[in-house]
Amino acid sequence: MENQEKEFRLNVTRRHFLTSAGLGIGSAALGTMLFKDQLFGSDQQSAIPLGLAQFAPKAKRIIYLFQNGAPSQLETFDYKPLLNKMHGEELPASIRKGQRLTGMTANQEKFPLVGSSFGFSQHGQSGAWVSELFPNMASVVDDLCIIKTMNTEAINHDPALTFFQTGAQQGNRPSMGAWMSYGLGSENANLPSYTVLLSRGRGNGQGVYSKLWTNGFLDSLHQGVVFSSGEDPVLYLNNPEGHDRQSRRDMLDQLAQFNAEAFENVGDPEINARIQQYEMSYRMQSAVPELTDLSKESDNTIKLYGPDCLVPGTYAANCLLARKLSESGVRFVQLYHQGWDTHGNLANDMRMQAEDVDRASAGLIKDLKQRGLLDETLVIWGGEFGRTNYCQGKIDPVNYGRDHHPKCFSIWMAGGGVKPGIVYGETDEFGYNIVKDPVSVHDFHATVLNLMGINHEQLTYRHLGRRYRLTDIAGEVVNGIIA
Amino acid sequence: MNLFSEKKTAISKAYWVIAIIVVAAVGVSLVMRDESGSEQEVPDIVDYNFHIRPILSDRCFKCHGPDANKREAGLRLDTEEGAFAALKDNPRKHVIIPGDPLNSALYARLVSSDTSELMPPPSSNLALTKTEIEIIRKWIEQGAKYKKHWSFIAPQRPEVPKVDKDLNPRNPIDNFVFAKMEEVGLDPNPETSREALLKRVSMDITGLPPTLEQQDKFLQDKSADAYEKIVDELLSSKHYGEKMAIQWMDVARYADSHGYQDDGYRTMWPWRDWVIHAFNSNYSFAQFLTWQLAGDLLPNPTKEQQLATGFNRNHKITQEGGVIDEEYRIEYVTDRTNTVGKAFMAITLECSKCHDHKYDPVSQKEYYNMFAFFDKVPEKGLVGDIGLASPGDPPNMRISSADISSMMHYINKKDTADVVVMIMKDSADIRPTRILRRGNYDQPADTVEMATPAAILPFSTSKYPKNRLGLAQWMLDPANPLTARVFVNRIWNEIFGRGLVKTVGDFGMQGELPSHPELLDWLSVEFRESGWDIKKLIRMIVTSTTYRQSITRSEKKLQQDPDNKYYSYFPRMRLTAELQRDLLLSASGIINPEIGGPSVKPYQPKGVWESTTSGRGELARYIQDKGDKLYRRGLYNFIKRTAPPPALLIMDASTRDQCEVTRSRTNTPLQALVLMNDPQLLEAARVLAQRSMNMNLPENTILERVFRLVVCRKPTDKELKMLDQYYQQQKARFEKEKGKASAFLKSGEFEQISTKDIAGTAALMQVNQMLFNLDETTVK
Repeated sequence: MENQEKEFRLNVTRRHFLTSAGLGIGSAALGTMLFKDQLFGSDQQSAIPLGLAQFAPKAKRIIYLFQNGAPSQLETFDYKPLLNKMHGEELPASIRKGQRLTGMTANQEKFPLVGSSFGFSQHGQSGAWVSELFPNMASVVDDLCIIKTMNTEAINHDPALTFFQTGAQQGNRPSMGAWMSYGLGSENANLPSYTVLLSRGRGNGQGVYSKLWTNGFLDSLHQGVVFSSGEDPVLYLNNPEGHDRQSRRDMLDQLAQFNAEAFENVGDPEINARIQQYEMSYRMQSAVPELTDLSKESDNTIKLYGPDCLVPGTYAANCLLARKLSESGVRFVQLYHQGWDTHGNLANDMRMQAEDVDRASAGLIKDLKQRGLLDETLVIWGGEFGRTNYCQGKIDPVNYGRDHHPKCFSIWMAGGGVKPGIVYGETDEFGYNIVKDPVSVHDFHATVLNLMGINHEQLTYRHLGRRYRLTDIAGEVVNGIIA
Repeated sequence: MNLFSEKKTAISKAYWVIAIIVVAAVGVSLVMRDESGSEQEVPDIVDYNFHIRPILSDRCFKCHGPDANKREAGLRLDTEEGAFAALKDNPRKHVIIPGDPLNSALYARLVSSDTSELMPPPSSNLALTKTEIEIIRKWIEQGAKYKKHWSFIAPQRPEVPKVDKDLNPRNPIDNFVFAKMEEVGLDPNPETSREALLKRVSMDITGLPPTLEQQDKFLQDKSADAYEKIVDELLSSKHYGEKMAIQWMDVARYADSHGYQDDGYRTMWPWRDWVIHAFNSNYSFAQFLTWQLAGDLLPNPTKEQQLATGFNRNHKITQEGGVIDEEYRIEYVTDRTNTVGKAFMAITLECSKCHDHKYDPVSQKEYYNMFAFFDKVPEKGLVGDIGLASPGDPPNMRISSADISSMMHYINKKDTADVVVMIMKDSADIRPTRILRRGNYDQPADTVEMATPAAILPFSTSKYPKNRLGLAQWMLDPANPLTARVFVNRIWNEIFGRGLVKTVGDFGMQGELPSHPELLDWLSVEFRESGWDIKKLIRMIVTSTTYRQSITRSEKKLQQDPDNKYYSYFPRMRLTAELQRDLLLSASGIINPEIGGPSVKPYQPKGVWESTTSGRGELARYIQDKGDKLYRRGLYNFIKRTAPPPALLIMDASTRDQCEVTRSRTNTPLQALVLMNDPQLLEAARVLAQRSMNMNLPENTILERVFRLVVCRKPTDKELKMLDQYYQQQKARFEKEKGKASAFLKSGEFEQISTKDIAGTAALMQVNQMLFNLDETTVK
């Protein structure tokens, strides 16, 4: 009972109306939801503003393709021929500048530089460099805004992932998607506003954990709902054996009668809220399977994502599902794809990982574009940190590995109000330090919120005596990437 | 997701119009506001603690408060000296001149029409309301008297107010509550029905619903102290300790895995068994606290005393290869410091890890004074990655079967292998504790000693030893203003759903003020002077007239006491995740009442562990238990922190990631899905149906019986009729579709009990399922 907003919202339900002005965003979101539910399915939908953003949003929805384990910037978008030239030579101390290292390489005697074993070439109008591992991404490079100067404070997976998703390395703060759900509400009364899709590649994996999609101290309404490829696309969605839609309807009617009887006697308005919950769960039971059924997708669509998209649980299938969820109004679709942790065997693992994600990631961009949705959908692709320019372990003539590197790494964004076809920021010739336009994780969050029409300093929630925000106490909007 | 739609309730068109305007208006500004002050009136006598500090703390202290580094213009408003001082840039003017608001710079800046002068600056979005400004004006006019923060003044036993005898006050709780109600023009509700009272008190004390025998016995017992007898019976039940343990496990962030991404297995369950034992044995809170904080520092500590210290080792521990050892060691010490602050003191110490506290008088140095108590443990940040994972990192203790049979009989260990639990230990000279600049592990600064925040109660080194044992003694010192209040308030909150201080985890400046300060103080002093007797405290609360009120809310109470701030009716509170499970296991009779032991893995949807794991470690895959382990109470559910049991999580259970003193109570469609489709619930409905059908009773008697088992009261005639109609409807359906009846009855692994009438049994199972979903069933 520590957060007044939650109480307050309950009070709103209790009283059936909004009693006072000066309401916070929570109630604003609540308002949206009320409208939407009242109006869902009616043609008045467009008469009411959807998200109650602070200023005109450039993006309405987000699809975040998280590459869990940290793909190397040096084998994706940050082309560093110097490393090939200096292959095997020691990383100069003047470049390392005392940067702390993980326990995996801190005790190495030597830090030999290692060049990418993959070729790079320039693509599109922008002439952006893309590694040969990602031909499909290269083909949409003019839709991408590649940021080469992401940097983070964390050096290990768990804190780095947690930092990216919640704005803090430790603790149980609300995740990005939960903040979006809280701030902007839902566009679809039959679906959660924040969904999570999980897949695993063939490379060295690092697990994920429910803390990454937690609601933290926000109402659990904002918790990410995992859509899985198993029998139940959403946990507990399916009716038990021997049940059909009609018998479930009968039960809900019976339940409503009993509950209404209780309301008569007791007068607790929360009983009515409960009745509504059951009704929504009933609607979800038909809305979700319709969405997760990929069998009706056209051949052209299948081609965009690649044949893997018909194999449930793959990254490609999740990309396609992400498009469908987003198209249906899910505010934030979060994917996680494991397998990028290339401490060793990099050349092989990167190839496999790229095979699994390249086509579908690019396919998603093309698909959104052809449906006219790319403008209002922000797509993000990237991991939790970068990888070292020096080799972990000994350099093998055919293979090598890279340790964690927090000081610079590459991600891309597309659609939803970011400048297409640009490369933002510059790293040094060694791919180790940033020389121009750094983007911190807090900056990244501030920018994403800005694209969604929210001032990151004002989307706050008071908990245990303090106003929290996704960007903690930092963050500058990166105006250079906003269209 | 729309969780608050009110489609079925009448909402006038006018409401929508108003709502649209309101929502459109707030769309412009996303500022959060504390809604509690929205209907505030200007009091006749303005009190600093109750009226002024909440405003100043929330809007002004961020820049003009305790944090010296962030203080603007050298001005602080949280102390009298600061607020009465001359202005730095204009010594002829003063911030506050007591009695003279119009010449006080503070007031002038609040009402200035010049936005460059106006405070707080418009850009901060912290503007004061007109009412708040008027309260400040009046306070200055009345002499601007500062007071120490209420929770930092040790409680004194106040006089018990007199109230009307007709209201039947049974103990001083009632006097305080009724006196307050009288003040605001409310009357308490009449006593609730016997059946409702029995369910309520059973759920509160043992967490289990009353059996039919208990229901009958209580209904038939006409003696004057029938209720008190039930209360005593429940308090002596071995299930009392389990119910109490649930909440303490949240506070202590208990779990069965280590918690970071690779998330290996740990064996802290003997500590949980000890907690149950401690509550059941009614250890005084003083002992409960001391053993957990410092059992290892007692003279010749027993194994039990050392086991109790596991409290401070329940935090997460990383097993990610390659982490920097010191970074994580500091993380663990931080967790202990913050947990102790929140659990026993209700102070948000963590806010001063990186800088002086912005609101409360806890400096960064004082944070590290507290930190020092927990910093002497011979431990590592990373003992081994998941490949080398151990269930109990050092310092630890082995518990053998011999220990259990001789001394530690309360530990439910089934096999002969020793179990390893993590415990606390100090190596006094292991390392000096240093302040960490900005809280960073690699930026140590000055060395600090063990001490406590002086504003709460200075740590007297002549009185207490300089270690965790001294800290425990400091907490239990009668001069300590927080310890008793915090615990009493948490018990009260568990029972009434709303603490006397609503912010159960924050008694600081940003926390809410107590709704009944005298009652809180009376209870706290009473509790301490009773020898910190927990059962006695609970007994007093549940035997009060206040507790026995009905739940009915009149229109008047909905208006005047919508949040039940005055406790003018008993709240309808949803059962916690664990207790919902316990209720259906218990009502259907399949519950396994065993106490303690290793945590169990009941039914869980496929893939919850598998889809998140890296594939490493022994918890990569969920291997469901079999047999009677499936029917253990909810508190024994295995908690893997990175993928907690989804049914519990959906029902607002803690992730056990960090110390939590209250759970939220939300209302989502996913909860409805769990209650409709969880195999555990279907199985309970099935077994209850099969057993009931075989009793060869008339249909109506069976329906009444299952209703009483699940809802814990007799149905009204109308309800029984509705139930019968539904039963007949479903029976007719299943008679037409026998295959569906058989399929439905397959639910769960509990042994099948054959019945003659398949359709009737399936229909009864359907009725049971509906009853488990009733709103009334899921509230206490």
